[in-house]
Amino acid sequence: MSSPSEALYQELILEHNRKPRNFREMPNADRTIEGRNPLCGDSLTLWVKIDNESITDVSFKGQGCAISKASASLMTAAVKGKSRAEAEDLFERFHQLVTGTLPESEQQSLGPLRALGGVSRFPLRVKCASLAWHALHSALESNETEVSTEREGPEPPPLEGA
Amino acid sequence: MSTRVESTSAVVNRADFPLLAANPDLHYLDSAATSQKPRAVLDAMMYYYTHDNANPHRGAYALSARATERYHQAREDIARFIGVADASRLIFTRGTTESLNLVAGAWGRANVGAGDEIVVTGLEHHANFVPWQQLATEKRAALRICGLTADGRIDLDHLASLVGPRTKVVAFAHVSNALGTINPVAELSAIARRVSAVVVCDGAQAAPHLPLDVDALDIDFYAFSGHKMLGPMGCGVLVGRRELLEAMPPYQTGGDMIEYVGDERTTWNVLPHKFEAGTPNVGDAVGLAAACGYLGRLGMANVREHEQAITALATERLCAIPGVRVYGPTPAQRSGVVSFTVGDIHPHDLATILDEAGVCIRAGHHCAQPLMRRLEVPATARASFYIYNTEADVDALVAGVEHARDVFG
Repeated sequence: MSSPSEALYQELILEHNRKPRNFREMPNADRTIEGRNPLCGDSLTLWVKIDNESITDVSFKGQGCAISKASASLMTAAVKGKSRAEAEDLFERFHQLVTGTLPESEQQSLGPLRALGGVSRFPLRVKCASLAWHALHSALESNETEVSTEREGPEPPPLEGA
Repeated sequence: MSTRVESTSAVVNRADFPLLAANPDLHYLDSAATSQKPRAVLDAMMYYYTHDNANPHRGAYALSARATERYHQAREDIARFIGVADASRLIFTRGTTESLNLVAGAWGRANVGAGDEIVVTGLEHHANFVPWQQLATEKRAALRICGLTADGRIDLDHLASLVGPRTKVVAFAHVSNALGTINPVAELSAIARRVSAVVVCDGAQAAPHLPLDVDALDIDFYAFSGHKMLGPMGCGVLVGRRELLEAMPPYQTGGDMIEYVGDERTTWNVLPHKFEAGTPNVGDAVGLAAACGYLGRLGMANVREHEQAITALATERLCAIPGVRVYGPTPAQRSGVVSFTVGDIHPHDLATILDEAGVCIRAGHHCAQPLMRRLEVPATARASFYIYNTEADVDALVAGVEHARDVFG
């Protein structure tokens, strides 16, 4: 039985923190959005390229804790090639995962994102794990150029337990 | 093995603090955010509410008179503890933030105009930065920010170069909340006095930790909070120079702060009531007075000596860990704060791992984003020590940091 922090800082999380995927600027992006968590000072920039309702490329840069960085990295890998609707659906299930409301039977469908399941035992860290996803949501759904975990933005998925 | 000195054992009995007594495995290292409360403080507040509670200054009955007397006595006791002879210039507020907003809002609005200059430092907590920034914007005054030395002290030469004939106010922390730097108040105010600027000192991190003689400081306003010095949350203090308090307009208006209310004009009550609109927070003032009594019995020189010893020990032990960087000046120039980073482990991740070992630290920008920009770090971890902390807390902190290094490889 692993301790809660061992479950949080799984090898895959630590590896994505050390070597984040898609950690680069994207000069020809269709959408660029700044995500901020003012409570802890985490910030990231997300670039998204959208072609015909599909996310053809996504990248990020920024600074933050291991959870926010690994989550952003895993997200970019997970949503590339997905349609808007598929990405939004993934966000919803991801949010249920990190708030501990996703049934065990559905967790398999999240693939590598499951590594962030340990966040559900650290309610204070849900915002770290969700920052990149909120930025992606805004990039897909609105014309906003900034998103904050502390501000009411375009309707995000339900935040119970956050 | 590192130095072990007598004063790294607590100066108080942990059993005096119900929360600590109930959580023997807790290593509370976040007293710079808020302190734990001794039973003496909780008992004093309970006694007030069970024996003396009524609305003061109003009722024509003995109970109200008793509440008034308790409130008056609390003010006198706190004034004596911090070295203020004239207690009527001690104003109760909700805390340091409200005290500083009172100064910027009431004195500042009336005395700072277009083209004037306001000088703050890069070390400030947002509470002693944002109100001045807002005032400068509103009045089209200039906000000047004094730079820091590489070890996190106020750069006195830079301050001297910033203070000029248009400088109306110089505002600085007595002790930095993020680094623990103890600032040389006399030298700072001497620079401000060359141009007769008003001096505002944020004492939130000084009053709990240092022997204090406010009357002996050449300052105009001194602000602090009760909850960082064993008192309850929601009660703080502003001490002001009498002439300034009398000349400036009130901060809030309403009950208790008036002398006579006509249909068109109102005259203000005398100090301190002019700045205490509405029903006062008697219960918390009584609690803060009890906290001052508790600290007074310990002796603030002993408090300081203990903190210096344990901060030096913590600094020495942390610095022996590869990758640890401690910010700010030497422990002798700091209060009980150790602000640090561990390699490229983010302070929030560090705090999560320490939390699992029962070690409570603060991680983040410490409400001092201008300082973090100057240090060129997004965040630090901050361990802060007080009278109930011991070498065992340092051991737990060091073990937790070493464990975090193992986790993050």
